[in-house]
Amino acid sequence: MRADASGTRNLYLVPYLLWIVLFVVAPIVLIVYYSFLDVEGGFTFANYVKFFTPVYMKMTFSSFWYALLITVFSLLVAYPAAYLLTRTRHKQLWLLLIILPSWINLLLKTYAFIGLFGTYGFANALLELTGIGRTQILFTDFSFVFVSVYIFIPFMILPIFNAIEELNPSLVYAARDLGASPWLTFRRVIFPLTLDGVKAGCQAVFIPALSLFMITRLIAGNRVITLGTAIEQHFLVTQDWGMGATIAVFLIIAMAAIMVLTGTKRKAVRDANKR
Amino acid sequence: MKQLVQTFAAVLLAAFALMYLTSYLNASQGYTGGDTLTIYNWGDYIDPALIEEFEKETGMKVIYQTFDSNEAMMTKISQGGTTFDVAIPSEYAISKMKDDNLLLPLDPEKLPNRKYIDPRFLNLSFDPDNRYSIPYFWGTVGIIYNPELVGDLKFDSWNDLWDPSLRNQILLVDGAREVIGMGLNSLGYSLNDTDEGHLQETLAKLNQLTPNVKAIVGDEIKMLLANEEAAVGVVWSGDASEIMDDNDKLDYVVPEEGSNLWFDNMVIPKTADNVKGAHRFINFMLDPKHAAQNAEYVGYSTPNAEALKLLPEEISGDERFYPSEELTEKLEVYDNLGKRMLSHYNELFLQFKMFKK
Repeated sequence: MRADASGTRNLYLVPYLLWIVLFVVAPIVLIVYYSFLDVEGGFTFANYVKFFTPVYMKMTFSSFWYALLITVFSLLVAYPAAYLLTRTRHKQLWLLLIILPSWINLLLKTYAFIGLFGTYGFANALLELTGIGRTQILFTDFSFVFVSVYIFIPFMILPIFNAIEELNPSLVYAARDLGASPWLTFRRVIFPLTLDGVKAGCQAVFIPALSLFMITRLIAGNRVITLGTAIEQHFLVTQDWGMGATIAVFLIIAMAAIMVLTGTKRKAVRDANKR
Repeated sequence: MKQLVQTFAAVLLAAFALMYLTSYLNASQGYTGGDTLTIYNWGDYIDPALIEEFEKETGMKVIYQTFDSNEAMMTKISQGGTTFDVAIPSEYAISKMKDDNLLLPLDPEKLPNRKYIDPRFLNLSFDPDNRYSIPYFWGTVGIIYNPELVGDLKFDSWNDLWDPSLRNQILLVDGAREVIGMGLNSLGYSLNDTDEGHLQETLAKLNQLTPNVKAIVGDEIKMLLANEEAAVGVVWSGDASEIMDDNDKLDYVVPEEGSNLWFDNMVIPKTADNVKGAHRFINFMLDPKHAAQNAEYVGYSTPNAEALKLLPEEISGDERFYPSEELTEKLEVYDNLGKRMLSHYNELFLQFKMFKK
C-alpha cells in the first residue's frame, strides 16, 4: 500500500522532471556542446580563445557597464517610488498603475520611443519650446539607458515595495523615539531591513540587462554593442553558432556568479514570495 | 493512475480526430498536392492580381506565404515539414541552398519564357547556367540623400560619405556585406575582396567614417529616412524606391566606383509537392506582360528585357533604378565567400560598430 502510494507520487513527478530535463538541462548542455564547434562543425577550443581577444573583452566590459548603469538608475528611481507607494492610501491601485505599462508589448514601447525621441519627435518639440533647441536624443547613450530603465523599473519596484511592506512600522517609530534623525533611521533601520528586496530587484534588472539586444539596435542604433547583440548576430547572420554559444556560456557563468554574490537568505525569499 | 492514462488516451484520440478532420476539410476545398501551389515569398512582393489570374488560367489554387529574411526562409525549408513549391530567395541564399541540397534543378524545356530575360542577368556566379534559379527582381546598393541638407555633395563617389559636413547625418543598413562592401568599393577594391591587407585597410577607413554615422539600423531605416531623421542613408535600391514613395524630396544614386548588384530569384525547393505547377508559375511570371505588371506594382527593377519595353518611359528610363550599361558593368554580385570568410566579414563589421566616436 505504502509502496504503491510513493509509486504514484513518483509518477506525478514525471512531468516536472521531464520539464526540467527538456527545457533546463538539455538547452544548457546543447549550448556548451555548440560552444566547442567551429563554423564548419568541427571540434575546437578556438571560440574560447577568441572570447579573450580585445574585441570581445571590450564588449563584455561595455555590457557590464551599461547593465550596471541601468540597474543603478532603476534603483534610484524605484526605491523612493516604492517607499512613497507604501505611504499612499490606495497603494494597490498605484502599484497597478505602475505595473500597467509592462502589459504592453516591449517592441511596441520601444518603437514608440523612436517616435518620441526622433529629431522631429515630441521630446525635441518640447526642448525647442523651452528654448534649448533640438538636440540628438535618439541613438545616444542617454536614450539607451533611459529606455532600458523605463522598461525595467516595474521589476525593480515590485520586490522593493514588498520588502518595505513587510517592514514592521514600530521599528521605525522606535528609532525616531530614540532620537534618530529621519536620514539616520533610513540608513540604519529601513534600508538594511529592505536590503533583500533591493537585491532581488537588482537581480531582476541586472541579469536581463546584461543580454539586451533589440534596444541596442532600435534605440542606440548599434552604437552600443552588448554580448546579447553579438549572440544575435552570430546565430542569425553569421551562422557561427559556436561563437554565439560560447558567449552564451560566459553569460550563464556571469549570471550564476551574480546570483551567488547577491544571493538572498532562505527566509527572505520565502517572505518575498508570500505576496 | 488509471485516470491519468484515460485522460492521455482521450487527448491523443482528440488530436488524431482533428488531424483527420483538417485533412478532410482541406481536401474538400481543393487544397491537395495535385492542384495547389504554395508560394513562399517576401511580404508584399507580388501583384495579387497576378495570382488571381494564374489561378483562373490554370485552375490551380495558390497558397501564398511570406518570410522576412533569407535565413528564416532557409531554416524553414531545411527543417522540412513544408511543401513550398516556389520560393524567392536572394542570390547569396541560393548558393547556400545549392550547397545544402535544398533545391531542385529547373527544367528549361518547361520555361520557354526564359528567353525574355536580359542575358546580362543570366549565368552569374551564384548559379552558373541558371540551373536552379531564374531572376525575379534585381537592384543595387546606393546612397539615398536629401538634396536640401547636403550642400553640394552629389554622392557620385562613395568617398563623399566621408565629408566632414555630414557629421552625424548618415544611417547605414545593418548588413556586414553591404557596409564592408561599400568600404572596399570606396578604396577601389572589389566587394568580394578577401585579401587581409585590403580588409584591414577598409576597416581603418570605415572607422574614420564613424563620426558621420548616426546609427546602423535594420528595416527601421525606411521609416527613419522618410521622416528625415538623417540626411543620408546607405540602402538597397528597393528600400530606396519605397522611401521615395513616402518622401519625394529624397534622391537615390549609385556611386561611380561600383556597388553591389543583388537579385531575388525564383527557385523550386526540394520540398516541393507540385513541381509541374511550379514550372508553370515561373513561366507565367516570366511572360513580359505579367512581369511588367508586377514590376509596376512592386516598384523594383525587372530583369525581363521584353517587360522593360512594355513599362512606361518614366519607369524604364529612370537611371536610378535602371542604371546605364556603363555603370552596370561595374556592379558586382556578392560571391559566396564561404562560411569562414563571411564570419570574418562579420567580425570586422562588429569591430567597426564598436569603434567609438
